[in-house]
Amino acid sequence: MSIQVRNIHKRFGSFVALDDVSLDFPTGELVALLGPSGCGKTTLLRVIAGLESADAGQVLLDGEDASGTHVRDRQVGFVFQHYALFRHMSVFDNVAFGLRMKPRAQRPSEKQIAEKVHALLDLVQLDWLADRFPAQLSGGQRQRIALARALAVEPRVLLLDEPFGALDAKVRKELRRWLRKLHDELHVTSIFVTHDQEEALEVADRVVLMNQGAVEQIGTPEEVYRRPATPFVYGFLGAVNLFHGRVDGEGLRVGDARLPRQAGSFGEGAEVLAFARPHELDIVVDADAGASEGIAARVSRVLAFGITARVELDGVNGAHGQHFEVEITRERVERLGLAEGQAVRLLPSHLSLFESRQAATTAGAAR
Amino acid sequence: MNTATLASPFPRPSAPPRLRVLPGFRLTLGYTLAYLSLLVLIPLAAVFLKTAELSFAEFRDVVTAPRVVASYKLSFGMSLLAAAINAVFGLMLAWALVRYSFPGKKLIDALVDLPFALPTAVAGIALTALYAKNGWIGQFLEPLGIQVAFKPLGVLVALVFIGLPFVVRTVQPILEDLDAELEEAATSLGAQRGQAFRHVILPIVFPALLTGFALAFARAVGEYGSVIFIAGNLPMVSEITPLMIITKLEQYDYTGATAIATVMLILSFALLLVINGLQAWTAKRTGRDR
Repeated sequence: MSIQVRNIHKRFGSFVALDDVSLDFPTGELVALLGPSGCGKTTLLRVIAGLESADAGQVLLDGEDASGTHVRDRQVGFVFQHYALFRHMSVFDNVAFGLRMKPRAQRPSEKQIAEKVHALLDLVQLDWLADRFPAQLSGGQRQRIALARALAVEPRVLLLDEPFGALDAKVRKELRRWLRKLHDELHVTSIFVTHDQEEALEVADRVVLMNQGAVEQIGTPEEVYRRPATPFVYGFLGAVNLFHGRVDGEGLRVGDARLPRQAGSFGEGAEVLAFARPHELDIVVDADAGASEGIAARVSRVLAFGITARVELDGVNGAHGQHFEVEITRERVERLGLAEGQAVRLLPSHLSLFESRQAATTAGAAR
Repeated sequence: MNTATLASPFPRPSAPPRLRVLPGFRLTLGYTLAYLSLLVLIPLAAVFLKTAELSFAEFRDVVTAPRVVASYKLSFGMSLLAAAINAVFGLMLAWALVRYSFPGKKLIDALVDLPFALPTAVAGIALTALYAKNGWIGQFLEPLGIQVAFKPLGVLVALVFIGLPFVVRTVQPILEDLDAELEEAATSLGAQRGQAFRHVILPIVFPALLTGFALAFARAVGEYGSVIFIAGNLPMVSEITPLMIITKLEQYDYTGATAIATVMLILSFALLLVINGLQAWTAKRTGRDR
């Protein structure tokens, strides 16, 4: 079932949680709502579920306005960050809950309920825990039970609110992969909220980036990572190096350094923010480069324990007080013979430029 | 040879001292036992010892006298009924106090404790004045054929009054801790309000409700001050067991008084044991105790 959200506004007191949000969630997709805490993503999810009512705007489920429909009639499955399992019920009873609450005319027989519950427990691979109580399960198991419970009523939409937020890193990674697989089997239109960019990029078909109650960018994980539409998105999706500069002919002037730049529609002398991912910067040792190209920096730490090495640097001269992060191969580190305190220059292979005016506010929030 | 003593300047301790993380175990347990003995166990033992002065036949005659048996029925019956009424209305009151904000909420919250603080005799006199035939409320009930004061119903009213705070104060914190997500989960799964309450909220609150019930009941059984005024103390009709004990004492029949007290103690203890058992059973059934 498709979900459409039209011009949703929501405030809590003087805090604007959602500011004119409009989105389309096509049938069968797994969409991630990604953003920092307080960006309104959970509020949006709760508005779609009907747990929260919007001040203005519409939620359309399958093209029908659901604004006046109560949660219990919306047929949405909701999974909570802290599971919200009924702790006085066994796992079996938890999963059976939705079926047993149906009006008598629609309620399946106990035998049918048992079959269905066991099928669902099989699906989440926890059939052997049917008689346990939630307190006896691990966090990952609880969340899978919560998911089975939500699926029991055959929801038209599945909404997950930071489903892996309360789990440790290893279990989180496992469950991510598992959720993706489950979605590929079931194809229920699903929306999940997360503040973990890795999680969103890894699991979702599409990612909606939100900030301060508004949508910043929508796209496939690849699109949003490769072509961030705003400085906020750039800063939020992964580590980033930021330079404040001014357009200077074919190049970019940052402090007293000059950097090459890609073509862009910026006026001469325009103030810009330039972003480069750690792997888009190269390090050159002072002696073998033209002194004017690149940004002067000093190596502060070299972390080389993977295939790639991470070099942390402090800016000097114009970029004083700034920190940079560069990812290069270990071989290159060895070839350059980098040592702590060494003076080097940073040369970007690729820079993403944003006009400084709009950037000033949003990039600040992203940091 | 004394090489052994020379070789080891630090004598090996025979056993490492057991280290406790939480201090004060001996102190607190010692005081607990001392207080419990002085204030509770020894006086209770005295009751049994004094009763033992009677022969079994005498004992049986005292405790099964028709007036006394009628008083058991009244005391325990009305106490159970009052505790049950308090469980229902106490839960509602606690619900209102926790869930909603309304003008005067703080005031009502404070008023709940009043039955704790008010001298019971004052409560008894006030209730009697209200519910007597010519009282503020009694005058309206009289034409309807309902008599409260000087009837068993009056006893019930007094016992409800003094038991209310026990239920409210035990249930309130549990309701406050109740996770809103549980209700949201229930509703999103299609549960109606009533279903969510019955299947999700009530089971969570139930153990606390039982505790409140037990406390209210225990208090009601032992209540004297507020009841004797409103009860009217008609033999076979509205005499409570504590009154029977006082009556014996006034006649200097100390052993008779302790005999009745013994029966009361045993009955109360048995009932509280049953309630505790019920609590343990619900805890086990709901997986909290495994």
